[in-house]
Amino acid sequence: MDDILRIEDVSFRYDDEDVLQHIHFHIPKGAFVGLVGPNGSGKSTLLKCILRLLKPQTGRIFLFGTPIEQFKDWHKIGFVSQKANSFNTGFPATVYEVVASGLAGKLGLFRRLKKSDEKAVYEAIDAVGMSPFIHRNIGELSGGQQQRVFIARAIVSQPEFLILDEPTVGVDVHHVQSFYDMLERLNKQHHMTLLLVTHDIGTITEKVTHVACLNKHLHFHGSVQQFAQLKTEDLASFYGHHLHLLAHDHA
Amino acid sequence: MLEALFQYEFLQNAFIVGILIGLIAPLLGVFIVVRRLSLIADALSHVTLAGIAASLLVQKTFVMGATFNPIYVGMAFSVAGSLFIEKLRTVYKHYQELAIPIILSGGIGLSVIFISLADGFNTDLFSYLFGSVSAVSRTDVWTISIIFFIVFAVIFLLYKEWFILSFDEEYAQASGVKVRALHFVFIVLVALVIAASMRIVGILLVSSLMTLPVAASIRIARGFKQALWLSVLFGELAVIVGLFLSYYLNLAPGGTIVLLAVCILIGAIVWRKWKRG
Repeated sequence: MDDILRIEDVSFRYDDEDVLQHIHFHIPKGAFVGLVGPNGSGKSTLLKCILRLLKPQTGRIFLFGTPIEQFKDWHKIGFVSQKANSFNTGFPATVYEVVASGLAGKLGLFRRLKKSDEKAVYEAIDAVGMSPFIHRNIGELSGGQQQRVFIARAIVSQPEFLILDEPTVGVDVHHVQSFYDMLERLNKQHHMTLLLVTHDIGTITEKVTHVACLNKHLHFHGSVQQFAQLKTEDLASFYGHHLHLLAHDHA
Repeated sequence: MLEALFQYEFLQNAFIVGILIGLIAPLLGVFIVVRRLSLIADALSHVTLAGIAASLLVQKTFVMGATFNPIYVGMAFSVAGSLFIEKLRTVYKHYQELAIPIILSGGIGLSVIFISLADGFNTDLFSYLFGSVSAVSRTDVWTISIIFFIVFAVIFLLYKEWFILSFDEEYAQASGVKVRALHFVFIVLVALVIAASMRIVGILLVSSLMTLPVAASIRIARGFKQALWLSVLFGELAVIVGLFLSYYLNLAPGGTIVLLAVCILIGAIVWRKWKRG
């Protein structure tokens, strides 16, 4: 199977603190990968390296088989940032305007939206169930609705690879389940490859196809079935403290 | 006044410049406000003051100095100040807002030194500080017209990039948008508009023309494009009515325009409260 993402021996440090150490990792096409780890384990840093927002001190990263230094097709990648939860809620932008901004990278400089692009915006908004709110200002929506808008922005350019950094932080617990259902739909029906970063192991194991456990080192990387066979002690050693897995309603 | 407008060239100049500035200052101001960079306009206007004071000093000291146009020197200082702000923002990555007070105080310091070397304030300097209807020359009209077309063209061409940069800088970067280059163009344009606006509203009040109409518009706008149009509408209203009033009542145009902009802002706040019940 083709790899959408391949990471070879990546290490990153902030000043004197090692954040990522010798990470080897790959994501095959069509996979839905859950990247889990405790707070401060380097999950967001790894994403920033993948998105070229940070440059690792050592190692190489390939996207669609191309080294990221030479990678140009950024519209093939959709990104829902952790910061999407803490944007300026007073920003005067409608749902339509926010989603349309997701086409900026694909269109390139000086090009304006054509009819087909506008249609894509409407379709993306419809796909996340936000059509009734299309002309509402983003700040007037609930946390869950805002997160749907950011998903629509990420998928409007029809990316092949969608990266989500803790997208359910700050989202109402009732909306989390429908949110994960939507991600599963994008993966299964639209064949989109997904990388979901979260610290919530229990919630994602029913949805993802692969799991990667990161805590500076990559402790585990395999299918969700292999992950289910891990013992609680293995997880505890990776999390660095004692751990109980609890089943709950939205998992 | 309409009769006087046809009769006197200085009034025509003031109105042409006022209309152009009333359009581009709030237009650029929307991006400044939503990016929480409102104080940049203040910092750059004080650097522009240093440029004006320097050129007035040169005019006074050297015979050849009369060829120094204060607007051009002010623009040069303003653009240099904007580049320096950018440099400081990269030096202080975790305290980027520090760049603004550093440049602001540096601009005031330089201004005070140049003014004192030129033996204090004179009428010319006052017109730059508080704006003047009579001081706008035909050369100023041409210079400001060129800046108007540059700003308008850049906003038209880079609208979607500046929008995404303003709304979510990290996302813009991850989408392959050239964030640094766009920000560089943005801040240089802000510097040019500030230098261009000082003739009418004056250096000390120029930032208000970039922020007050925007503050009013974002209270009531639905969406970013509507915020842009409302800001321009409020800006033009304040400038045109302000120029009429300042001519009839013999007031400083800068102060009159700014007070009208404040009235519009209060109106927008009250209207929003009334609409929400």
